[in-house]
Amino acid sequence: MILPPGDRRFRGTLARVGRAVASREASGRMKGHKTRNAVVLALGAVGLSACQLPNFGGYRGSTAQGYDTHELYAGAVIAAIVVGVLVFALITWSVFRYRARPAKGGDASIRMPRQFHDNPVLEIVYTVVPVIIVGVLFFFTVLTENNVDAVSTHPYASIKVTAFQWGWQFNYQGEGVQIIGNDVTQQYPQMVVPTGKTVRITLVSNDVVHGFYVPAFNFSRYAQPGIVNLFDLTVTHSGVYRGQCTQFCGLYHSEMVFTVKAVPAAQYQSWLRAEQANQADHPSQAPPPLQPSSKYHIQYGY
Amino acid sequence: MRVEALLLLGLAVFFTITGTVYWFTSYEQAGTLMLIGSALLGLLPGAYYFWWSRRMEERTEDRDDAEVAEGAGTVAAFPGSSIWPFVLGVGLALTAVALVLGIWTAVPGIALVISALVGVTVESRRGGTV
Amino acid sequence: MTITQERAPGAAGAPFAGEVLPDHDEGPSGLLKWISSTDHKVIGKNYLYTSIILFFISGIMAMLIRAQLSQPNSSLISFQQFNELFTMHGSLMLYLYAGPFAFGGLANYVIPLQVGAPDMAFPRLNALSYWLYLSGSIIMVSGFLTAGGAASFGWVGYAPLSSVTNSPGTGPDLWIIAIALTGFSAIFTAVNLITTIFYLRAPGMTMFRLPIFTWNMLVTAILILIAFPVLTAAMVMLFADRHFGTHIYSVAGGGVPLLWQHLFWFFGHPEVYILALPYFGIVTDILPTFSRKPVFGYKGMVFATMAIAGLSTGVWAHHMFTTGAVLLPFFSLLSFLIAVPTGIKFFNWIGTMWRGQLTFKVPMLFAIGFLFAFLMGGLSGVLLASPPIDFATHDTYFVVAHFHQVLFGTAVFAAFAGFYYWYPKMTGRMLREGLGKAHFWVMFIGFWLTYVPQYVLGLRGMPRRIAVYPSGLGWTFMNQLSTIGASIIALSFLFMLYNLWVSWAHPIPAGDNPWDAGTLEWWASSPPLHHNFVNLPRIRSERPVWDANHPEHDKAHRPSAIARMAAMSANGQTGGNGHAGGNGQAGDGTTGSPGSAGAH
Repeated sequence: MILPPGDRRFRGTLARVGRAVASREASGRMKGHKTRNAVVLALGAVGLSACQLPNFGGYRGSTAQGYDTHELYAGAVIAAIVVGVLVFALITWSVFRYRARPAKGGDASIRMPRQFHDNPVLEIVYTVVPVIIVGVLFFFTVLTENNVDAVSTHPYASIKVTAFQWGWQFNYQGEGVQIIGNDVTQQYPQMVVPTGKTVRITLVSNDVVHGFYVPAFNFSRYAQPGIVNLFDLTVTHSGVYRGQCTQFCGLYHSEMVFTVKAVPAAQYQSWLRAEQANQADHPSQAPPPLQPSSKYHIQYGY
Repeated sequence: MRVEALLLLGLAVFFTITGTVYWFTSYEQAGTLMLIGSALLGLLPGAYYFWWSRRMEERTEDRDDAEVAEGAGTVAAFPGSSIWPFVLGVGLALTAVALVLGIWTAVPGIALVISALVGVTVESRRGGTV
Repeated sequence: MTITQERAPGAAGAPFAGEVLPDHDEGPSGLLKWISSTDHKVIGKNYLYTSIILFFISGIMAMLIRAQLSQPNSSLISFQQFNELFTMHGSLMLYLYAGPFAFGGLANYVIPLQVGAPDMAFPRLNALSYWLYLSGSIIMVSGFLTAGGAASFGWVGYAPLSSVTNSPGTGPDLWIIAIALTGFSAIFTAVNLITTIFYLRAPGMTMFRLPIFTWNMLVTAILILIAFPVLTAAMVMLFADRHFGTHIYSVAGGGVPLLWQHLFWFFGHPEVYILALPYFGIVTDILPTFSRKPVFGYKGMVFATMAIAGLSTGVWAHHMFTTGAVLLPFFSLLSFLIAVPTGIKFFNWIGTMWRGQLTFKVPMLFAIGFLFAFLMGGLSGVLLASPPIDFATHDTYFVVAHFHQVLFGTAVFAAFAGFYYWYPKMTGRMLREGLGKAHFWVMFIGFWLTYVPQYVLGLRGMPRRIAVYPSGLGWTFMNQLSTIGASIIALSFLFMLYNLWVSWAHPIPAGDNPWDAGTLEWWASSPPLHHNFVNLPRIRSERPVWDANHPEHDKAHRPSAIARMAAMSANGQTGGNGHAGGNGQAGDGTTGSPGSAGAH
């Protein structure tokens, strides 16, 4: 069962963005914070009549990282709607207002419009304004991107995810627990993670390029042969989330489904102990660890 | 000629800048090489055109005030109908397909390519057609 | 025979009134003419009809895909068939339809006419391009006839899925060969176009008087020269990996699979603009014609085209944001920046219509349909330029909806705008307005119904290229809407086919300039005779035919005249009809002039 991502806990968006900026300032990495705060507030004022941004069809993100993405997405969609409505209105106006009318004096031919063909000032204006708009978007993109790609030094749990044709293996590193499932068993593997804690995912592929994608987390990353990808997930809401391979990977691409079950940390620990005991008691039933075929791994991670 | 030359040289400048920035921000070889290649694509013909544009008289199509009559006379020589592009195309396709289907399609393929090359040469020398 | 093309000396604008000289191409007729012609108009039409047939084949594949996805857990077609279908749908549309339709078909036909040239610079190379394209197309489609089926790794063919272990069989090999052949065809056409535009312009046709369509094709041709060699090289290396034991893309032998993505997208993103820029050019030619005004911001248009082309080669890795192995800010910033020249184009298009006298003939309708479609596709593209948003939507139906809106806007709306626009020139016959309008409106409705639900699907997490999906995820209804929309699009083309048949069976003569357009191709007869022109108008702006037909506007392009006209309009005078022609140039009303055959 897939729980919808709850959203009650994320009131007070503005304060959150403000805090994010403030914490960066505190770390001394950013200069000119007054301007930035002003920009943040300005965007907030445009986008937020209430305290919460609309989700525009997307997920609000059940992870801390995914929530940042949601905010960026919502802000960008608002900007896109403003620009889109303006251009749409201009086109529609031109089409209806300037449709051809017959020339004066009952002549059947069409009136001849004035043959103007440029307006340098206007052209400069509509060059500069888009530059400013994309500049603002880029600024917020970089902020969000840094949050989403940030990798903590001391994750609470570390899980190695191995994608293969056509299934997933979740290896709880240092715990001796493995979960595996593929298209043949039709038992979609489930990755259990604690809520409110930082979980390190180490993503690799055994064969071709796959895509680790959990829609409710607003996040996907390729699992690739020869490349180790690192990223952190901090799931904020308990629930079971559906994940699926996004990068086309061969015949049973559609069947490469997994789920992520987020539970409170205490419950996670008890699950882990039970699974350790279970897999230690029944070693033959524990699925064998898959090893990526390559000896040439390149370490990456944003 | 000047605008054409500057267009290509502008390409070279753009890709030189992009390639340099890209290399020093990413140290990624494949993309950098492709950007350098693109810069050369602009530089080589662009420099050649530029060299000529400073040495040749402006052509009628480069001048704002040229009248059509000034361009009267021979424009260029154009070949008439010719079967050889078809033969060459089929020959090349058969030769390429030989990589997949086996050497047997390469035999007629290469034969067609050679006959097309001979045919088009003879045709050009004779000024003939089909 | 080799013909030395002469330009008639007394051609200073007076409409041709003498006897029509006989067509001096005494070549064969019938099938042999089709096979042996080196005339850019015959080759251009070959390209057009071939690519439209491939478009229909690919459309049928799309309908099968949509039929499969209309129900959850559908088993209409097998997984393997589904994978082959979407691979070939993408390959046919992108490699064999959208590009060749523009730079092989329309450009081939129109560019020599627009610059006042008798033919392309290398007519036999032009013919060879077509034959390589046709044989490549046949080879690609024939993949379906092989034992293992056609290629089934997506049109992007990511390594290592496209390796011989993961995708064995003849189908993928044929796919690689076909792309290499059509790649060479594109490169030859690009060289031909650039040379034609640089060397065969008419007197007075300076670079900054070229119609925007020609400018865009020139920039496109340069992009082709940048992008296609990389693709062909990547394909050769892939073939070597598959059959000659190299390990360029395989990890096991020390290769780098990611290299494929770099090479492919270094081709692939410029390719997107190779597909888009010609269609921008078509729209930029059509809007002024049906607004009865010159294009607004000509130089801005040209520089925007160059900026788009330049930036498009620096954004390839925005297709690779989720690899975790590319430089995010660089590619994100450049991707965002493409919105700026695209925005300039949009505002210039609006400026062209602004205060015009718009007539909504079929080409104009399609051009406006393009504006709306491309607006939506472009805005969702700006969202995707942001890496975090791309992480959330990468390889989902959001991306599918985005690029289909962009490509449908360009390669279908704008492409058929061009088709309806130049069809009278190519055949000398008009298409029926009513059927054309029916085609447009049905397709326009189908377009929105097909792709807007796909945005929602993507945001709700439906990955692309999945053959089946379970029920209970809320995806079913949106998929059904999308399938209905696709069926409506398919239906709309029946109007076009019927229109073509009616036009063929009951021809209405078009005349030389049915739209009262301004660019040089409308000076020639419809259809133009061999080697295009016997005389040329005086060329003083980017629309010499307009200047000849409307001598009262002749000075409209000089800045002083603009200031004067602005002053006049401020005084309450409308229009510029009071200006004297003053250059002694004869005009003949709105019908253009009968161009005719070249001389021996």
